[in-house]
This record gives sequence, structure tokens and C-alpha cells, in this order.
Amino acid sequence: MNKCIVSVLMLLMPLVVSASGGAGNLDKVYIDLSNQPSLQRGARTFVNYCLSCHNASFMRYGRMATDLGISEALLREEMMFASDKPGDLMVTAMPAAGAKAWFGVVPPDLSLTARSRGADWIYTYLRSFYADESTTTGWNNALFSNVAMPHVLYQWQGARSATFEGGGVADVSSVRYQSVVPGTMTGSEYDAAIRDLTNFMVYLAEPAKLVRYEMGFWVMLFMGVFIVLAYLLKKEYWRDVH
Amino acid sequence: MSKFMTWVDERFPATKVWEEHVSKYYAPKNLNFWYFFGSLAMVVMVLQILTGIFLTMHYKPDSSLAFASVEYIMRDVPGGWFIRYLHSVGASMLFIVVYLHMFRGLLYGSHRSPRELIWLLGMLLYVTLMAEAFFGYLLPWGNMSYWGAQVIISLFGAVPGIGPGLSEWIRGDFVVSDATLNRFFAFHVILVPLLLSLLVYLHIVALHKVGGNNPDGIDIKKDKDASGKPLDGIAFHPYYTVKDNLGVAVMMTALLAVVFFVPELGGWFLEKDNFAPADILQTPPDIVPLWYLTPYYSILRAVTFEWLPGGAKLWGVLAMGAAIVVLFFLPWLDRSPVRSIRYRGWMYKTALTLFVITFVMLGYLGTRNPSHVDLGLLKNVTWSQIGLVVYFAFFLLMPIYTRMDRTKPEPDRVTGQ
Repeated sequence: MNKCIVSVLMLLMPLVVSASGGAGNLDKVYIDLSNQPSLQRGARTFVNYCLSCHNASFMRYGRMATDLGISEALLREEMMFASDKPGDLMVTAMPAAGAKAWFGVVPPDLSLTARSRGADWIYTYLRSFYADESTTTGWNNALFSNVAMPHVLYQWQGARSATFEGGGVADVSSVRYQSVVPGTMTGSEYDAAIRDLTNFMVYLAEPAKLVRYEMGFWVMLFMGVFIVLAYLLKKEYWRDVH
Repeated sequence: MSKFMTWVDERFPATKVWEEHVSKYYAPKNLNFWYFFGSLAMVVMVLQILTGIFLTMHYKPDSSLAFASVEYIMRDVPGGWFIRYLHSVGASMLFIVVYLHMFRGLLYGSHRSPRELIWLLGMLLYVTLMAEAFFGYLLPWGNMSYWGAQVIISLFGAVPGIGPGLSEWIRGDFVVSDATLNRFFAFHVILVPLLLSLLVYLHIVALHKVGGNNPDGIDIKKDKDASGKPLDGIAFHPYYTVKDNLGVAVMMTALLAVVFFVPELGGWFLEKDNFAPADILQTPPDIVPLWYLTPYYSILRAVTFEWLPGGAKLWGVLAMGAAIVVLFFLPWLDRSPVRSIRYRGWMYKTALTLFVITFVMLGYLGTRNPSHVDLGLLKNVTWSQIGLVVYFAFFLLMPIYTRMDRTKPEPDRVTGQ
């Protein structure tokens, strides 16, 4: 019996190894969805900056407020710039056609970015902007070369120039930054703000994540009791089988 | 007998069927761990149907709405995320259970005479299940759904002569589009589930006609008591209903653990690229099917020999088809005088071990870039080619090594589990 279970586990072993792989150069970000103040700060950054151009069109304002403990008054006053109904989806006021003309591309929807690209990617991306005269926006990104997006948070981080080791192509693993214009935040303050924003975007990508771990715990407890009872029932019935 | 049941029995053989298939159906008493997976497969299939019904209530089979409707289920439908994860994890769980169920057949010779038809019906179930999973995978309309369907359907383009027209006919368009999504939805929610239900019914009817095999691979119907009950048999109900109940409890715990704690399972059950909507202009860097189809995808990609008449793609598709078709012939390829691995010699044991390692390796390689080196020494594509040879050798040499193998004598009565 034990031998059988071990052999099944061995068969399933490769399943545990990640199938996605790749992108080993990303900075790791610590995600903590139980940190509500962090999620609220992230939400504030998101609606003030990201939502100016990007959509989060699968998310509703009211749901966000309820989940993150934000009062409706505060939500209406500080967080809803493009709508006045909390039941509305979080859609930018910028017209898509205008965006296409101004940036050359419609900014992607951010509802699921934390699931399609991953939290580490977002955290690294938002901390990899540098000044670059050769692009139309004057900004470039070491993780996402020649990205159409300008450095929206440059007032916080300040402007930096970048050199790449070996003088080669832009690459996040070989980049060295040099501060050109200081921002309103120190380096660690900026990292913390981006961590909050990333934390919020992980929530945004899957609101159920706030509840499913705790629910899972109780479900496991229930199933544990069920297994014990099922085992005892089986044992009782099988007493006369020899 | 209650008056009501008498009334029913005079008009419908309710009691007769119950006794024949449940309360007086005698299963061998020594069925072990490996015999859980048949009933588990049925339980997961029911789970898929039930969750599928709820998903269908909210899902929109329309290329401009499908992706958003899945996110609507994940966010706005109360409990929707739970139903959706049960369905997506359930799909993978069904294949895990089915693969272990098939492996049990290889261990104890469950496909051997007189159970060939059970095996054939089971193989039809397996192929139909792959179709069901393939059709279902397009429905979320994620970018991997889209490109996965694009790649698989284009394989039909390799058929000489009618190829291009054939894949166009399957898609209903020149590319995968709304027409494709609509027909796949129809196949996924009605056509294939009906076929699956019919095949499950036939699979069980065939099983109950000849009776189940057991880990000793011997016939329990030879030794019966005065009333005609096999000495080594016990009634399916209550003995195996309570035992399978325990199996269901353990499997559901594993399934729910994945649903609540790791529903994506590191990209194995839900792929990252599928959280971006289908985009005809943006091909994902690596297009891979989900894990349960990747062994065959590896075999397809292993054939890279362009000098073959008709081109490598045609032969890749043929090899992939043959890899599935050869499984149907298993009952006739195996010539061993014994059924169970317990009484077989070292040759079959070695062959089966190699086969399992190869199958898992091919599955892994199907998710990797062929030109990379992930297993050391050789490129992934070279390992796939080695895997392809071992895979087919296992089947095609089986008539030889199973006959040469030195077997042990089978016991008269069943031994332990």
C-alpha cells in the first residue's frame, strides 16, 4: 500500500516543478494580501496614476472598496475620477482612439496583469525606467525595452540614466542606474510604494484570493474529519472480510 | 419487499438491476489501492458535469464576450470562482485519475481476454475525453486557448490533398474565430458529454458481464459456493461502496487543496498566457497544450526529418496518431501466459518501468522548447526522439518479450492485496 502511494507521488513529481519557468532576472516582491493598509495605498496609487490611461475593466469600484475596507464616502471623493456609480467597472476616461494616436498603442487592461505576467514582473518593471533621449517619450525601460509607456511615477523616483554592462542591449540583469534628477521619495520609499501597488494588483487580478486561503483551511479541516469517518466506516464494514 | 417496490418491479426491473450490478455483484475481495481510480473517474466526471452546468449559466460563447464572461464568473458571480476552479482543476484531476486507471490495467493485465472490449471501450473513452478537454480549453478565449486550438487544428492541414480544406472546415473560418468558438462550445457542452456518458455506460456493462480483474490476475468465478457466489468475491455494496467512499474523500481533499491553495499549480493546470485575452497578432513565445496532451505533442514534435516523403509534419501527425492507436491493440500485443505483474518475469517489469519513465518524460518535454537542454546532455528534441523509440518499442516488441519472459505459476485462489 505504502509502496503504491510512493510510486504515485513519484509519477506526479514533475507536476510540482513549475511549468512556466523563465524570467530568472526579476526582483522578488513579497506579496501580503492580509496587509490591508498596503492594499489601500496601492489602490490609491492605482486609481491616481495607472487608471488615467489603463483600464481595469473586470473590476468594480464598489467591490474594491468593500474588499479593502474603504468607505463609500472616501471612495467617491478620492478614488472615482471617471465615474460616479460604485457599481461601475474601473474604466479609464481616456478614449482608446486618442491613446492609439498619442502612444501608438492602446494601453493594455491591467485587471489580470499580475496573473499573466506575475507580481515579480510588475515590481521589476515599475522600478526599471530610465531617461533615454532616443525615444519619443524620453523614457525607456530596462525590463521592457522601448516600451511606449512613459515613466508616470518619475516625480516619486526622479530621473535616472542607465548604463548596461558590456555596453550591450538593454537588459535588466546588467543595468547600472545613475540618479540625474532626485525624486520626492528615497529609493527604499519608492520600492515600498511599488510593493504596495504590486500587492494591490495581485488582489485586482484575483479578488477571491482574499478569501480562498482561509476558506480552504476550514474545508481541509472538514475533509480531514470526513476521511477519518470514511476510514472508520470502511474498517467496520470490512471486519468480516478475511 | 414494500408494496411500492413490488409495483415498480412489475413495470421496471429496478430490484433486479440493483442486485445484479450492486448488492449482488461480486467483486474480488483483494482489490487494492489501484482499483480506486475507476470509481474516482466517474465521480470527477459527475463533478465536471455539475460544475459545467453552472458555468454554462454565466458563460458567453461569443469571441467578443467569452474572456470577460469568465472573469465575470471569477468576480461577480457569487461563488463563481469556486465553481470555475473546481472545473479547471477537475479537468486535470480527471486525467490524473484516468492515467492511473489505465496504468492499473498495464500492471495487472486488466485488458487481457476476456476483457478486451472493456479496454477498447475505455480507450474510446480516453480519446473522447481528450477531445472534450481540447474543445473546452478554447472556451476561456485566452491567448493560449486561441493559439493552442490554432496549432492543433492546423495539424489536420498535413493530411495530403484535402488538408487545408479540412482544417478550414473544422474551424468554420480561415483562422480560429467566433465560428470556431461557437461550434467548440456546442461540442464541449452537449455532443461530447453525451458520447462520454454513453461510453461510460457501455464500459461498465462490459465490465459487469465478465467481472472485474484483480491484482492476482486470476479468475474468481472458478470457485463458487453452493449458492453460486464466488468464494473470493464480496458484494460490491456495501463493501466497495464504503471503500470507494474513502477513496473519494481522499481524492476530493487533494482536489480541494489545489482549488483553494494553488489553482494554477505553477502553470500546470492554468497557464499564465491564458490570463491574457486571445490576440491574433500576438503569438505566445511557447505554444503548449495542457499537460495531459503533452506526451503526444512531444511525439509530434520529435519527427523533424524533412527528407521523409510528404514532409516531417505529416509523419509527425501520423506518429502522434499511431501513438494513440497502438494502445487499442494492447490486448492482442500482450502474449504473456499470466495477467498480473506479480507473476511476470523481469522483462515485462523492466519494459513497463521504462515505458512509464518515457511517458512522463515525453509529457514534460511537450511543455518545453525543443531546442533547449532541460534534461542534461541532449537537446529536448533528441530526448523526445529517444522517447518516441522507447514508446513504440514497448508496444511493438511486446509480443516477443512477453512470450520470452519467465513467468511464475499463478495461485489457485487470490492472495493478499
